[in-house]
Amino acid sequence: MVVIFCKTDSVTVMAAPMADNWSWFPALALGVSFVKCLFINAYHSTDFEVHRNWLAITHSLPVSKWYHENTSEWTLDYPPLFAWFEFGLSHVAQHFDRNMLQVENLNYASPATVLFQRLSVVFTDVVFIYSVRECCRCVRGQKGSGDVLNRPSFVLAVLLLWNFGLLIVDHIHFQYNGFLFGFLLLSVAKHLQSQHLQGALLFSILLNLKHIYLYVAPAYGIYLLRSYCFTQDNSDGSVRWRSFSLLRLVALGTIVVTVCALSFGPFIAMGQLPQVLSRLFPFKRGLCHAYWAPNIWALYNILDKILAILGVRLKLLQEAELPRASMTGGLVQEFQHSVLPSVSPSITLVCTLLSILPAVASIWRRPRGARGFLRCLLLCALASFMFGWHVHEKAILIAILPLSILAVESREDAGIFLVLSTTGHYSLFPLIFTPAELPIKVGLMLMFVIYSFTALRKLHSGPGSLLHPLESVYLLGLVVLGVACEVVVPLSPWQQKLPFLPLLATSVYCAVGVCYSFLRLYISLLREEKKKPKQQ
Amino acid sequence: MQTWSLVALCVLLGVVARWGVSLNSYSGAGKPPMFGDYEAQRHWQEVTYNLPVQEWYFNTTNNDLYYWGLDYPPLTAYHSLICAYIAKIINPEWVELHKSRGYESPAHKLFMRATVLVADLLIYIPAVVLYCLYLTDGSPKKKVSTLLAFLLYPGLILIDYGHFQYNAVSLGFALWGVLALGLGWDAFGSMAFCLALSYKQMELYHALPFFCYLLGKCVKLGLTGKGFFLLARIGLTVLVTFALCWLPFLPDPSQALQVVRRIFPVARGLFEDKVANTWCSLNILIKIRSILSSDTQIYLSAACTLLAVLPSCLRLLTKPNFLQFKLALVNSSLAFFLFSYQVHEKSILLAALPACLLLNDLPLMVIWFLQASTFSMLPLLLKDGLLVPYIVTSLAFLFLSIYLLSALERCTEEQLRLRAYHKLMFFLPKLDLACTVRWKFYISMAVLATLSVVSVAMVPPPHLPDLFPVLVSTVSFCHFLGTFVYFNVVQFSEPTSKKSQKKTN
Repeated sequence: MVVIFCKTDSVTVMAAPMADNWSWFPALALGVSFVKCLFINAYHSTDFEVHRNWLAITHSLPVSKWYHENTSEWTLDYPPLFAWFEFGLSHVAQHFDRNMLQVENLNYASPATVLFQRLSVVFTDVVFIYSVRECCRCVRGQKGSGDVLNRPSFVLAVLLLWNFGLLIVDHIHFQYNGFLFGFLLLSVAKHLQSQHLQGALLFSILLNLKHIYLYVAPAYGIYLLRSYCFTQDNSDGSVRWRSFSLLRLVALGTIVVTVCALSFGPFIAMGQLPQVLSRLFPFKRGLCHAYWAPNIWALYNILDKILAILGVRLKLLQEAELPRASMTGGLVQEFQHSVLPSVSPSITLVCTLLSILPAVASIWRRPRGARGFLRCLLLCALASFMFGWHVHEKAILIAILPLSILAVESREDAGIFLVLSTTGHYSLFPLIFTPAELPIKVGLMLMFVIYSFTALRKLHSGPGSLLHPLESVYLLGLVVLGVACEVVVPLSPWQQKLPFLPLLATSVYCAVGVCYSFLRLYISLLREEKKKPKQQ
Repeated sequence: MQTWSLVALCVLLGVVARWGVSLNSYSGAGKPPMFGDYEAQRHWQEVTYNLPVQEWYFNTTNNDLYYWGLDYPPLTAYHSLICAYIAKIINPEWVELHKSRGYESPAHKLFMRATVLVADLLIYIPAVVLYCLYLTDGSPKKKVSTLLAFLLYPGLILIDYGHFQYNAVSLGFALWGVLALGLGWDAFGSMAFCLALSYKQMELYHALPFFCYLLGKCVKLGLTGKGFFLLARIGLTVLVTFALCWLPFLPDPSQALQVVRRIFPVARGLFEDKVANTWCSLNILIKIRSILSSDTQIYLSAACTLLAVLPSCLRLLTKPNFLQFKLALVNSSLAFFLFSYQVHEKSILLAALPACLLLNDLPLMVIWFLQASTFSMLPLLLKDGLLVPYIVTSLAFLFLSIYLLSALERCTEEQLRLRAYHKLMFFLPKLDLACTVRWKFYISMAVLATLSVVSVAMVPPPHLPDLFPVLVSTVSFCHFLGTFVYFNVVQFSEPTSKKSQKKTN
């Protein structure tokens, strides 16, 4: 692979040779892998059956039927590369239990099947582990402290490898996010190392594995166009149009088109593209997922609910006229607002684009190297999380994981990270609702919180706390919320009357924290732009 | 990072690992009519809750002793009673007399697992934390490393949270005893140990070192002066603690006698199943049980045990310092395990606990022994369906403890206390013993791994159905015997390292 260094990029290559001892890294990675293996017999969600079904589809049916098969309600709705990934896994799976590879075997979960599926997640996490190592190599300020525990790379490795969200979403709830985030972080690391073509390649592979990462595609597109295809800036940091390099654009284009052609080509050839796309983008689902992700729409919904109740109380509205809808009614469903105007997919799309715009415009006007790109990527992820249509609560990880990199480098970002990661991770609590897994989820969460707070505090030692007192109070409120939702309500008679109250409280409370972090990240991006551009 | 946060992380990791194991199956799950230890513990809750104290240990119409009759001392029974009260509040069906036999449900499993965790969190884990923080040498980081390795010892986790027992309670009390003696609170220590003894009679494995250490200390202080008062205070504490624990059974001597008869079941024979001790291993060559009468067996085993314990205890009596005490605890419990009457495979945990105390002093040897001790319970764990957690926790412990305690780097002859062997084996050419030990360790780990794989994956030949359990127990026996000899030699060669003595005192 040809690596072309971007000479004008203000960031120099950070992959300085590491003379010091990295023996802690395998220990951390092995340790967390063992912890993951302990959850093999834990509760798993329907996503387990989803992936088993995909194994069966890809193994037993010809490619032409992959996106047409609908015996199970969990039809294949990831892009083709992921289907090929499942196809590859299925060849190992047949040595564990052949029966899991039959499409008709719905909800099949023999011990061998469980073991195989769980181990497949643990082992494909190798990609993630490798990407974390690459990220740790790019971190600034390595020579700060003699103690390994206080080194930024160590802290980053723990924050990423032992990430609470990934542990419970992948290894209890069941998904392959670790594998996918491996590609994302690796691509980010390649950009940090100024190996843009590799980064672009990895990201296009990622897009063809899971299209949810389209959320962050604007950041990639603008950054590569601006900082890679244009080789020089004017002295004030604005773009020098003459420096456009067609060669670079062609190289990028070739990479992206090749990957997409490999992935979608066969289906285009078979004339199945519309069918595949209809599976990938099911707009028939509702505004909010089964329970609300902590975003703007959660706040919007609760406002609607409050207004409706107030209206009925004040006799402004007739109760009979209100549309009957239990908003968090379990299954994926459409939801009508009673007072406020209903939100359509196109509105969410417009809101998302509008909220992304300032961020991408900012890195277009004044590129600040790979770190500026990373911040823009974060904002894209958060903006789509805030305003997107049918957002899953798990999508918050797309913001939390890359933010870890910034958090170990800058004090301000560390503060934002603490707020965002704590609220974002807490908002994942309802995913694991079985009482047997309660100690694990609480234990892992406490571990992550204690570690992130003490390690970042130590890393950014200096006067004052990382958090504003109000932020601390808000975060402490999570403890109260946690005790109320996990202990008090389930034991009280309210559980029968208002089964969705804890979910509602969780998403609304966390939405505040996520919105706040979003705003602060935005402010930090725009403020950075105002600073004088670095000397070229 | 501050020490407190590292300690909190270790404890939380320990809890997560424990709970991860507890998601798996337990002994006798769905296996009527007798089920397993899980049902035994539930049955004791049922019995203690519904029957008066006087009936607990007697065979009556309401208490069938042949169906998991109580065979542990009173403290276990009280613990069951407390659990039963809580169970009654949550779901009365769980402890209903007679009708609740063999009761199994996910909610009940959750409750039972939670009782183990609570007991562990209240008794065992705090003792481990305090021990590692106050009684191990080295930097805070070293202490925390020891703590993590200690908490992740797989044997105890697998038996308590997988198989289902409350070993953490009795071992926890014993550990509180050790901790208190180490800190110089002798009366408190002896009280804690009496509680341990009143929870499980197997704690007798540790009794002699406690006795010798305290007696030795009193003698050192002078039996006519200070030492006498200390002895009197300890004696009084012991008597009062025992009296309080056994209070309901004391008024009637027949009651107390019945309890004693229940907790020492002489009729059950020299050994059961496949235990990695001398008698079971010898049984492959000589069928002792058919040659000797049962009385002779008892005398023989008692004599052998006493002989095996004696050297280390006498040594401790003359040199009552803390390191000697820890070594004597290992030696005594191993001697009991290897030679005494009616030993269970789980009793190796009693030797594993004091070995854990030495994790920081002799990392490689202790890790080796702990690994072998977990392995020795493999047949039991396989029966309970705990193969996956066994593999995961053993490998995790092996890698993490070797890494954290840098066990393979800290093994010069001096650090392994191997000097004495040169004197013992003066007739042999001079070898690099440290290197030999390391190689033995690698080979041994390979053997354990191979045997584990073989017993899972292969079918034994039809004429030798017990081949793999016997192999497992014999290999483990060799490890235990080796450990026993090694720790005895260390205990006797100990004066060479005066430095560590000073530190620990």
